[in-house]
Amino acid sequence: MAAAQVVNVSLPSLPQGWSAEKDFKPVGGLSAATQRNIEPVGPYFLAHARRKRHNRTFSEDERLQAQNNAKKTEDEENMDISEDEDPMMLSREAKDWKGQDHYAVLGLTKYRWRATPEQIKKAHRKKVLRHHPDKKAAMGKSDENDSFFKCIQKATEVLSDPIRRRQFDSVDEAAEIDPPSKKAASKDYFKAWGPIFEAEGRFSNKQPVPQLGDDNSTQEEVETFYNFWYNFDSWRTFEYLDEDIPDDGEGRDQKRHTEKKNANARRKRKQEDNVRLREMMDELMAGDERIKKFRQQARAGKDAKRKAKEDEAKRLVEEKERARLEKEQQEKAAEEAAKAEREKNKKAKEAAKNASKKNKRVLKSSVKDVNYFADGEASASQVDSVLTDVELIMGKIDVDELAALAEKLTIAGKDGSAVKSAWTAEGQRLVGAGKVKEGDLKAFA
Amino acid sequence: MGDAANGVAERFAIGISFGNSCSSIARISPDGKAEVIANEEGDRQIPTVLSYIEGEEYHGTQAKSQLIRNSGNTVAYFRDYLGKDFKSIDPTPCHASAHPQQSDSTVAFSIRDSPSETPNSVTVSEITTRHLRRLKQSATDFLGKDVNAAVITVPTDFSDAQREALVAAAKNAGIDVLQLISEPVAAVMAYDARPEATVTDKLTVVADLGGTRSDVAVVACRGGIYTILATAHDYELGGASLDQVIIDHFAKEFQKKHQVDPRQDVRGLAKLKLEGEATRKALSLSTNSQLSIESLTNGIDFGSTVNRTRFELLSGKVFSQFTGLIEQAVQKANLDVLDIDEVIFSGGTSHTPKIAHLARNIFPEKTAILAPSTLTSAINPSELSARGAAFQASLVQEFDHEDIEQSIHPMVTVTPHLSKAIGVEFTSSTETTFQPLLNAETALPARRIAHYSAPKEGGDVLVRVCEGARNIKVTKPEPKPKEEKPADDEDSDFSDEDDEEEEIREIVWKTEQPVAELAVKGVKAGSKVEVMVHVNPDLGLQIAVREVGGSSAVRGAINGSA
Repeated sequence: MAAAQVVNVSLPSLPQGWSAEKDFKPVGGLSAATQRNIEPVGPYFLAHARRKRHNRTFSEDERLQAQNNAKKTEDEENMDISEDEDPMMLSREAKDWKGQDHYAVLGLTKYRWRATPEQIKKAHRKKVLRHHPDKKAAMGKSDENDSFFKCIQKATEVLSDPIRRRQFDSVDEAAEIDPPSKKAASKDYFKAWGPIFEAEGRFSNKQPVPQLGDDNSTQEEVETFYNFWYNFDSWRTFEYLDEDIPDDGEGRDQKRHTEKKNANARRKRKQEDNVRLREMMDELMAGDERIKKFRQQARAGKDAKRKAKEDEAKRLVEEKERARLEKEQQEKAAEEAAKAEREKNKKAKEAAKNASKKNKRVLKSSVKDVNYFADGEASASQVDSVLTDVELIMGKIDVDELAALAEKLTIAGKDGSAVKSAWTAEGQRLVGAGKVKEGDLKAFA
Repeated sequence: MGDAANGVAERFAIGISFGNSCSSIARISPDGKAEVIANEEGDRQIPTVLSYIEGEEYHGTQAKSQLIRNSGNTVAYFRDYLGKDFKSIDPTPCHASAHPQQSDSTVAFSIRDSPSETPNSVTVSEITTRHLRRLKQSATDFLGKDVNAAVITVPTDFSDAQREALVAAAKNAGIDVLQLISEPVAAVMAYDARPEATVTDKLTVVADLGGTRSDVAVVACRGGIYTILATAHDYELGGASLDQVIIDHFAKEFQKKHQVDPRQDVRGLAKLKLEGEATRKALSLSTNSQLSIESLTNGIDFGSTVNRTRFELLSGKVFSQFTGLIEQAVQKANLDVLDIDEVIFSGGTSHTPKIAHLARNIFPEKTAILAPSTLTSAINPSELSARGAAFQASLVQEFDHEDIEQSIHPMVTVTPHLSKAIGVEFTSSTETTFQPLLNAETALPARRIAHYSAPKEGGDVLVRVCEGARNIKVTKPEPKPKEEKPADDEDSDFSDEDDEEEEIREIVWKTEQPVAELAVKGVKAGSKVEVMVHVNPDLGLQIAVREVGGSSAVRGAINGSA
């Protein structure tokens, strides 16, 4: 924007008699502008949009942009590594470097194990700039004491080597967070315990480390958390606390003895650490309301299931009972109905029997009433033949026919010929039907 | 899981050029150069085609080859249907693939996209989502980072409904659309974003010659800000029109030999189309190209060659349509070909050398024609819009959505533009000339600085700031004695004859209206005078003039009219 076009054309000289106030003479204005849509792309548009939205002019915007850019670089330089040293630390001897807090020496207590290698490098540079012995000498403090500078060098040496840094981190007490007291834990359980696992997590071979979570964590999350921490795979080592192996040629035995002692101590410490973690987890778990909640939920779920099962069984039994009762009832009803039917049949039969008996009597009496068709006293043979025929016919005809015949005979009454014709007709009908042979009937032939 | 733990996943944006026939994906490489990403098959121009066989999805080149055997379940050329209703679409390009159908208020395709036999009705936005998802996957696989945002290019005539539909479809595909930018401007930006490019005022014609349609836009670049002055579209002109010429040529040859027209056979036509396109593309690179198709029709194999000259002769009509469209756009912008500083050829069809050569003839010598056949340093025309989009994506990647939205709001984008150029008038004893400083169509506010030489002897100088207009001076050359041409130069006869009768046309600047006069006194001999003109949106002016290196400046302001 600021680049100028260079035009190699000579400007005209000022004509004679030209004059204006402050050498500026407005002559006219511009023609009306056209409203157009500019395309919202490209870096120059972004600059335009910025100016327009914030109502800045070209020069204002340029200045602010420049300021922003400048600030950015400065921030990087500054990076909050400006912790002042504790006077106690300044008077440390470099000899007992094992006891010093390397992070504090470099002013990285805010970061500790989180500090990146770059931060360590920068912090070292910062400290060196301040504490270099040559600088001190130049400033007139000729106390010849460069022990703190040596501390800085030692701290950098340890922290810039990943293996040695891990060894130091393993025993960095300042980074340790103690488990909360029962009282603190009861107040805000998750807030009290949460940071511990963030800190402990740094020892994990597996990253990322599941965190404690909160009240709303799902059962799966909680289970993952406990599984992870009960099977914690730690890289924590305790070599840093090893006793120095004397290399003064005291003898192999001495050396081996110390080595053995160190190895034992390491193992013991590691074991203790594992136990510590396990105990901590036990304590944590004992106080974890979520587990109780899940257990309750599971129990509630189980209860509900069992109840449902029982209800189902009960229902089945009831149903069976009901079905049985129904069936019984039906059977009883059917039996009663059959009994009634039987009785009815019996009565009907008896009635029919009575009727036929009566009819038979009518039949018998009919011939008797007409004196066996004899005019006067009937002879024994005549009576006999008539009665035989009557018997025969009676024996051959069924109940209905008997009734019909009886009716006919009742109508005929004591009219001998009518009775006879009725009998004859019956006898002939039976002969016609083939029930009686022609010759069998004598009196009614 | 990772996303949930870290809150919001980091945004990683790419540029997508979503074309009717081909799409491309691009990103800005760590060293600041735009590069187009190849998909799994190694294609940088990924055909915008999806095909389904027994529920299996095929994409890109694989899907395109399915147009022969599985045309009913292959969806192609669907970009322009997005966000439109069935009544307003042109279904012609889809004749040889799945046909568009009406579905509620939108367009759908009936395809068997699952293992079952019954076809499903898949809306065009769903198809777009699937296509974009594949593009995203390709980019993610290539870059090894989850791509979750993009800048997508769209044609200048994309309506709001289409834009919304595209954004929604992209969202379903897991792509957060940061911004939609228009294709021609993306192409201009692809050139301007090159490290060696300088910001100049220029008028650019962007000819985007695609597979099925062609768009031309006239873009004014003023201090890095782009304004589209005019556009022209032809929805039936494109690479397909040139393919048709090739198809017809070979079909006739086949017919002569075998008395069968392969174009009558659906499969034969599909094969011819696919191979014809490859032949046409090959002709852009070499002067000869071969076509061979097995079992074209009735089991007859067909093989033949065509050379570039024949192709160019046959497609003369189509070529003139392309150039006509370019001229039409220039005319629509009320400009003359002499005003155009640069012609950018974009889109796959721009590889055709003849089109660029024809454009070379239309425009004057000083106009740069940016096409592969006229300029060796030209960027691959197929990649332009994707590169532009990638560049824009790298610029806005860090911005919040709200920020972007506010910036592309008409409140910000609609700005007054100078209707006439502002410059300085030079009067000498013999003539008066005008030198533009701010060109017409410069978006306001604007500021320009220029250095002008002072007279050799030094002294007091006058700076007369004026509004100027460009006129086109037409002069007829004196008739030359007709020379006898050598007989062997037959081909160029036509153009030669035209040349002789052509008039000489040139741009002449004329002062229209003086604005202000300033005097710089006591300028040293041989030094320069710096003029700074600042124009406010309300047409107010601030002018400052000083000798370069001098401390005191002459300043003045003119109040705006509005």
